[in-house]
Amino acid sequence: MAMVIFSIKRFNPEKDSSPCYKDYELNVPEGATVLDCLNLIKWTQDGTLTHRMSCRSAICGSCAVKVNGHPKLACKTQAVDEIINGRMKIEPLGNAKVLKDLVVDLEPFFSKFQKVKPWLVTDEPAGDKERRQSTEDFHRIDAASTCIMCASCCSDCNSWASNESFLGPAALAKAQRFVDDSRDKVALERVINLSRANGIWDCTHCGECVERCPTEVKPMDRIISLRTTALKMGILNNNGARHVKGFVDSIRSSGRLNENVIPIKSMGIFNIPGLLSLIPVGIRMFLRGKNPPIIHKHIDDMDDVKRIFKRLKK
Amino acid sequence: MKYAFYTGCVAKGAGRELYSSSVAVAKRLGIELHELTNVSCCGAGVISEKDPLLSDTLNARTFAIAEELNLDIMNICGTCQGVMMKAQKNIDNDAKRKEKINEALKDGGHQYKGSVKIKHLLHILIEDFGLDKLKTFVKKPLKGLKVAPFYGCYLLRPSVYSNFSSSDRTTALEDLIIALGGEPVQYDGRSKCCGFPIVMMNKESSLTMSGISLKEAKEKNADCLVTPCPLCHLNLDSYQPEIDKIVQTKLNLPILHLPQLIGIALGIDSKELGLNKHIVSTGKIF
Repeated sequence: MAMVIFSIKRFNPEKDSSPCYKDYELNVPEGATVLDCLNLIKWTQDGTLTHRMSCRSAICGSCAVKVNGHPKLACKTQAVDEIINGRMKIEPLGNAKVLKDLVVDLEPFFSKFQKVKPWLVTDEPAGDKERRQSTEDFHRIDAASTCIMCASCCSDCNSWASNESFLGPAALAKAQRFVDDSRDKVALERVINLSRANGIWDCTHCGECVERCPTEVKPMDRIISLRTTALKMGILNNNGARHVKGFVDSIRSSGRLNENVIPIKSMGIFNIPGLLSLIPVGIRMFLRGKNPPIIHKHIDDMDDVKRIFKRLKK
Repeated sequence: MKYAFYTGCVAKGAGRELYSSSVAVAKRLGIELHELTNVSCCGAGVISEKDPLLSDTLNARTFAIAEELNLDIMNICGTCQGVMMKAQKNIDNDAKRKEKINEALKDGGHQYKGSVKIKHLLHILIEDFGLDKLKTFVKKPLKGLKVAPFYGCYLLRPSVYSNFSSSDRTTALEDLIIALGGEPVQYDGRSKCCGFPIVMMNKESSLTMSGISLKEAKEKNADCLVTPCPLCHLNLDSYQPEIDKIVQTKLNLPILHLPQLIGIALGIDSKELGLNKHIVSTGKIF
């Protein structure tokens, strides 16, 4: 048993003008999870505390809350691991509207899934029992299939925080699950849609989703996989794909990134508004002597790097 | 103490003040640097989107060259650090991949063995050099200076590729700021993303990310912000006039590269540190 002060963010939009933190002192029983503690507080100290829960087995994804600043499944998290100087901070998930206390509105989260058509599209008749896959094919969608829709990844997603229209890590991981499904017949159409604004190229690589996911989805890795697929499919008419191509070309020719050229290539040479948008920052940097050297030098022993490019192309 | 010095592209391009300040600080601290001039870009997580094997092979070539020198790698870019750590894990955990990569390196006379350690300057100062020793070099303590630490994603996440024992709870930058006599600003933005990777894809979203953290640091009375990643620096400093418009505040928050902050405390000349090379003037802090 350890005496711990739980600082819980409380908010009832019907009564309170703004959220506030309320402290609860609790003797944490040995082996208790964070969910056990929340239940004890609700049952023995304050019945008005509101939180979600269901399976208590890390399967349903209902009980995700922020523990000391980052999302965790309350039922999967040992309380003892989260005590910092005798305290623990509990808050609702981020990037979501609070309905009451630790309960957030998940409607926007689920609506993103609908946008990626999370179902199998095929006109081939099903077999007698089911549509079968090889083990190898299944492994390509195995990771994304482990999603329990807890919204932890989206809670800490930096791109979502700055752009609510971003499809977000959970829906994009789900999209990869169908793009790479050997039984699905509309992968190209899916990837064309995902390559548009607010899709795969809007992920900022911050890694929060990988860090927060309580299962094995690793959403950012799924998004990277979708980008690789998009490039292979030749869906190149967007800044993201142009950026990758320009980047690879630069390393192939000089071994290092040509920062004078990459912004222009990323925007696209016929994208006049895009190119114009580069001018203010370009001038600003030039005036401070921050512009990259005009003559872009290649690295020493460039022949060896070129050899690697050629060899791996084979 | 000697390291194979991997400069990265930005320190030789749009952020040359990072290069000059790193060299100046290393010299002052007696850290010997062997600059690698024959190594390629780490790929910045971009090349791996096109071809993961190519990206890992280019990094393995860098690792092999450092191993031939019998030196560990010192990075001064958080992104290079994170990308290299991921490449090393990919290779070390997959014997077949390692064999394939070494086959590709053979014609150039290189072989990646797996002994090299990859460290950012921040790790080196905390773990190898030691903050107590660093304190003895401080000539101009950053007394009263409120410094907002901004780690950058790649030094922290995914944590399996991080050198920190706990990515969420590390206080490496804060400890360093204290050792230099400064006062670290406590704010959530410390571990958030600057948005730079998507500045070419969605500028509004990218700069909003920077804006959220810069505004928070400013509200917590930061005098300046320090980052160990030059890509974060590009967004936070070079685009700050645009960020001002997004957050509707004149931020005027100077952004320092990690070695610049150290250099100020060590009493190194501001020109050598390139403090005049910033978009947001650093005049008020040194």
